[in-house]
Amino acid sequence: MSITILTWTHHGWRIGKVSSMTTDLKEHHDTHGEADELESAEPILTGLLAEFVDVDGVVEGARKTRAAGYKVWDVHSPFPIHGIDAVIGIRPTILPWLVLGGGLVGLVSGLGLQWFCNTFDYPFLVSAKPLFSLPADIPVIFECTVLFSALTAVFGMLALNRLPLLYNPMFKSVRFKRVTNDRFFIWIDATDVKFDEKTTAEFLTSIGATAVERIED
Amino acid sequence: MSTAGANLEVSRGSNVLAAGYDYESVTDKISDIVLKRKSGRAWRFSFALAALFVLILTAAVSYLFLRGVGIWGIDIPVAWGFAIVNFVWWIGIGHAGTFISAMLFLMRQDWRTSINRFAEAMTLFAVACAGMFPLLHLGRPWEFFWLLPYPNTMWLWPQFRSPLVWDVFAVSTYATISLVFWFVGMIPDLATFRDRAKSRIARVVYGILAMGWRGSARHWHRYQTAYLLLAGLAAPLVVSVHSVVGMDFAAAQLPGWHSTIFPPYFVAGAIFSGFAMVLTLAIPLRWAYGLEDFITIRHLENCAKLMLVTGLIVAYGYASEAFYGWLSGNEFDMYMNVNRALGRYEVTYWVLIFCNVVTPQFLWFRAIRRSVPLLLVISFIIQTGMWMERFVIIITSLQRDFLPSSWGMYYPTKWDYATLFGTIGFFTLCFLLFVRVLPAISISEMRELVFEQSGRPHKEAA
Repeated sequence: MSITILTWTHHGWRIGKVSSMTTDLKEHHDTHGEADELESAEPILTGLLAEFVDVDGVVEGARKTRAAGYKVWDVHSPFPIHGIDAVIGIRPTILPWLVLGGGLVGLVSGLGLQWFCNTFDYPFLVSAKPLFSLPADIPVIFECTVLFSALTAVFGMLALNRLPLLYNPMFKSVRFKRVTNDRFFIWIDATDVKFDEKTTAEFLTSIGATAVERIED
Repeated sequence: MSTAGANLEVSRGSNVLAAGYDYESVTDKISDIVLKRKSGRAWRFSFALAALFVLILTAAVSYLFLRGVGIWGIDIPVAWGFAIVNFVWWIGIGHAGTFISAMLFLMRQDWRTSINRFAEAMTLFAVACAGMFPLLHLGRPWEFFWLLPYPNTMWLWPQFRSPLVWDVFAVSTYATISLVFWFVGMIPDLATFRDRAKSRIARVVYGILAMGWRGSARHWHRYQTAYLLLAGLAAPLVVSVHSVVGMDFAAAQLPGWHSTIFPPYFVAGAIFSGFAMVLTLAIPLRWAYGLEDFITIRHLENCAKLMLVTGLIVAYGYASEAFYGWLSGNEFDMYMNVNRALGRYEVTYWVLIFCNVVTPQFLWFRAIRRSVPLLLVISFIIQTGMWMERFVIIITSLQRDFLPSSWGMYYPTKWDYATLFGTIGFFTLCFLLFVRVLPAISISEMRELVFEQSGRPHKEAA
């Protein structure tokens, strides 16, 4: 018996069939069939990872990669490289607009909450003060605005970056562990129309990569 | 780890980072504190001591829950005792962390880099300690959610004209934002820990916390935008949180509380005591883990300068309170000032003047600003002084208000002291654990600093 599942792979969403009933699994375990099935799946080349040792090298490499006409590629670095956005052609993120939206929602909720509580739902007269007075409402409005904006900034950043995403074929590379330490990488994805394993690897070596690694999934 | 192709980028040496560091040696030095080094004797001794005080806190709080706030020295007229003094003191301490992480970031101060992470941790733990007190002071702490606006069977809502309700919003927003700001800043370093940890459990835990971070340029772009926005949003909180705390007092009509100077003077006092706490933590930290190359004399000196500036603002606040008390010609305001200086609590007032006005004057001298032991002593004195300040403000105003028939005294009990020192133990315990499990200095920002100071900064991309 088999079921259809939707899986996220490096190439996007993929529909596949998996035999996964309990009895089936038990059978597989008995014959070690499950392990065989996993191993027999042909690894797919997802892209090439090129290592660089310094900032100038990777920036120059990125400039040449863009000039060579690659479209699906990225730079990975242990700290943000100033000016790399322009080299790669990364457009400004919409995050600030999302945060503005979040802030406005916070502002309206903070104001609305206080109006609803003290003016509409439970009007209670204190020392003949007005039931609705903006100056007294400002601190809570301010706090709500800041809170909503900040949470939008954090969760918006994570969502736009598609994080958390704990698995990535790149993590299989031992060399890539140094991206969080002292090495810089250019990644060219296999889905790029210009991608060809041999010529792309040669290209990456020609632009100064100290190592080029195939990444399979 | 170092193999072929050594890094070309090495720090040349400056007053915020010693010479000879490359990306890897910075990574090693900071991550080894957690991943390689064993906890030393000093750490274990401090941990045991802090844990003892946490036990005392647990006992004090348990007894409080059993018997109620009557175990404290509070009564009418002094209904705000140690609990509120401690609350204001702790929340003030947190402010230096936010000042360093947000304001100095926006001002592009390079001396912020190696101290922001542990200063933010300090903020979080200080806010956690602060947050306990108003809840413990409630009388019925299990009904704490009554502070929040939620639909309830009593059909009641909080009264939003009260600064105490503003406080609920200000402190909870402050705690939330401090937490997310700290965590976001740590994501790239958690990825470093994930990639370097030896044990499987550590790899899994750091891996989950790092959320799959892989240093992508596209990710960095949005990450930096988010970080800048968070800094911009946290910056006004440096001013607003303690302003709201100040308004808790200013909105009341008691002499000594009812004053427009409170919000700015509270904020200055907060940053004053906060930088003292930063020094109290930085000095043992750099000593214990040999971080003198990262947390340099320059960092300590800058903290000392900020203590001097904020100390002068605080001194101005005291002078202005006394001056306007006299200028107003108001009998009660004048009496309040006399009572503070010469009344039953005169000792606390003169201790406060010595700690907060006299002591910071030593920081005018460069030799003292650059002397590590003296800075440690001065930072302790200032923290004591700032605690005394809140004691003087709260107690002396409450014990002598308008009617002599309602005058009284406040004598703290052993439970008051147990709770105060218990939270100091809790704070220390949290900080000791933080140093052993998370990166105490931002590694990715230190690498960036190495690059900027390598003498070959990257040509601006065309």
